[in-house]
Amino acid sequence: MEAFNKLTGSILVLEQENIDTDQIIPARFLTATDFDGIGDHLFADWRLDADGNPVTGHVLNEPRARRSQILVAGHNFGCGSSREHAPHALLGFGFRVVISSQIADIFRNNSQNVGLLPVVLEADQHARLLEMDGEEISVDLEQCEVSVRDADGSEQSWPFSIDPFARHCLLRGLDRFDFLNQAEDAIAAYENSYECQ
Amino acid sequence: MHGEKPVSEPESLFDKLWKSHLVKAQTDSTPAVIYIDLHLVHEVTSPQGFDLLRAKGIGVRRPERTLATLDHSTPTLPPDAEGRRPYYTSQARRQVQTLRDNCREYGIQLHDWDSPSRGIVHVMGPELGATQPGMTIVCGDSHTSTHGAFGALAFGIGTTEVGHVLAKQCLLQTKPKSMRIKLKGRLAEGVTAKDMALNIIRYLGMNGGTGYVIEYAGKAVRALDMEGRMTLCNLTIEAGARAGMIAPDQTTIDYLRGRPMAPQGADFDRAAEKWLQLASDADADFDSEITLDASLMRPAITYGTDPGMSVAIGEPVPEAATHSHAKALRYMGFSSGQSMQERQVDVVFVGSCTNGRISDLRAAAKVLQGRQVAPHVQMLVVPGSESVRKQAESEGLHTTILAAGAEWRLPGCSMCLAMNGDLVPAGSTAVSTSNRNFEGRQGAGSRTLLASPETAAACAVLGRVGSVADLESAREAG
Repeated sequence: MEAFNKLTGSILVLEQENIDTDQIIPARFLTATDFDGIGDHLFADWRLDADGNPVTGHVLNEPRARRSQILVAGHNFGCGSSREHAPHALLGFGFRVVISSQIADIFRNNSQNVGLLPVVLEADQHARLLEMDGEEISVDLEQCEVSVRDADGSEQSWPFSIDPFARHCLLRGLDRFDFLNQAEDAIAAYENSYECQ
Repeated sequence: MHGEKPVSEPESLFDKLWKSHLVKAQTDSTPAVIYIDLHLVHEVTSPQGFDLLRAKGIGVRRPERTLATLDHSTPTLPPDAEGRRPYYTSQARRQVQTLRDNCREYGIQLHDWDSPSRGIVHVMGPELGATQPGMTIVCGDSHTSTHGAFGALAFGIGTTEVGHVLAKQCLLQTKPKSMRIKLKGRLAEGVTAKDMALNIIRYLGMNGGTGYVIEYAGKAVRALDMEGRMTLCNLTIEAGARAGMIAPDQTTIDYLRGRPMAPQGADFDRAAEKWLQLASDADADFDSEITLDASLMRPAITYGTDPGMSVAIGEPVPEAATHSHAKALRYMGFSSGQSMQERQVDVVFVGSCTNGRISDLRAAAKVLQGRQVAPHVQMLVVPGSESVRKQAESEGLHTTILAAGAEWRLPGCSMCLAMNGDLVPAGSTAVSTSNRNFEGRQGAGSRTLLASPETAAACAVLGRVGSVADLESAREAG
């Protein structure tokens, strides 16, 4: 997993609420046995027509979409299925951060496991970002804050909270498995205990 | 556990399961390590998990606690004369072969095509008695919440975590919040567990359960049979909660007795006694408590693109309250205030881990008995497992279904997520007993209305949206 510390870049906004994992990556792309090239199928049914050609005018087909590393999406992003293909597709397309005012549980977990930073902001801050498509912001995981620039040029920072262990692993690019592996003695003891059915 | 127990805090079913599976407690900076009793595996979300084992050069820690099946990518049409299965793509065939190879390499029991028990993972586990009260159960599938119907803590995980469980039989987890939904009263005649679930999701919204584990309680829940409870818990994820659960009772015990993977004889009685103690203590605390009146619930059908967008059949399409809501109506081709009954139905799907069990097929067949599916409707009936298929055929349900003009298919996830080639054509309207009506869920451009098996069968006969009651009044009028 690639480490994440701080990123400054322009945001791409998809303001729709409740973007589910079937939109992020439709089920027909789940038959592969690896995640290689899955970014090409991100939002396939939004970006591409029935013949696989780009839909003209869709924001995800603008050249800046592939350059943007920060996705700002409507409330309740990533609901639906547990497919880890969803964060992998976002990473494969080029995103490193997804920001919303609510992010679904399984998607958030999966994102943290594969190195996509999920950021949940307050509703008013989120609403402001939804109006800032294409503008530059900073996401700082060390400080746990998102910074935007006001019209007068002054910077405004909004704190966000994230699971401390997820932050620890993302900052250092650590594989969570190693932590689990270090619990081996406790796991073995548990397996020998009364509680283990 | 001998001697006097100290007086302890009252605990919920969830608290008890969480505590009894703690390998390492959560700290301010690290998640808990929890033990997983049963890991269910299917072909779609497991290959990269097995690759993690290979990358680390380790094996499957507890193959006997791991159970695999083929369901998502599998064709529901029979093999050709040479025995070749009609996989939708060569990649789907390869995915199935990959699971077969992985199970062989790591010594995991796989219910392959030749198994009399093969089925959708959330139908098969309970049928075999692999799903038991008090267990922690995970699978790389969000509808793992189904197993909570037995008083298990069961939830979907991603592929990285599939790898973790294969390797260590444990997961890193932060304890979620708890919610109890009490359903008072009794469901009216003709109102099903599916309708109950759709009513609950309509109330909570598709994200109202995010961050929570939900325990369902109350008289209306106790009155459900195990298959109804599975339908209810299955749909918990559609309100955003990863797990739904119901305390084990006599209904649970009666269902499990004699199942091949359940304890047998005196062991079963001992287990059952333990299971009955899992119920939430009287004064247990929940982070959120909701009471709903089941007796007010009516058969429901969705009109939008998330499972929270439903109405009672007969109610008009609601006003679009938000931009997203309006977008959903546009996608579905509905307008606010419109009667849903005007909508022609093109496809009807009865099946899935939500409603592919024997009671669901009986309910659909009962509606189809002596009736015909409208000529313009394609209706697929897909049993949830080989056991369901055999039971249905022994009862002659398939004869009724075929005589009505519907198709009788082989078990699998099929049209629920349409990754096996069972597709709803773009622009077509499907009434489906499955769990998601997201844009394109049943095929690019498909429009899905979620409903119970009874309602789905009624729609197939009417050729438009309607209820069993509409069907009966149509017959009287005719």
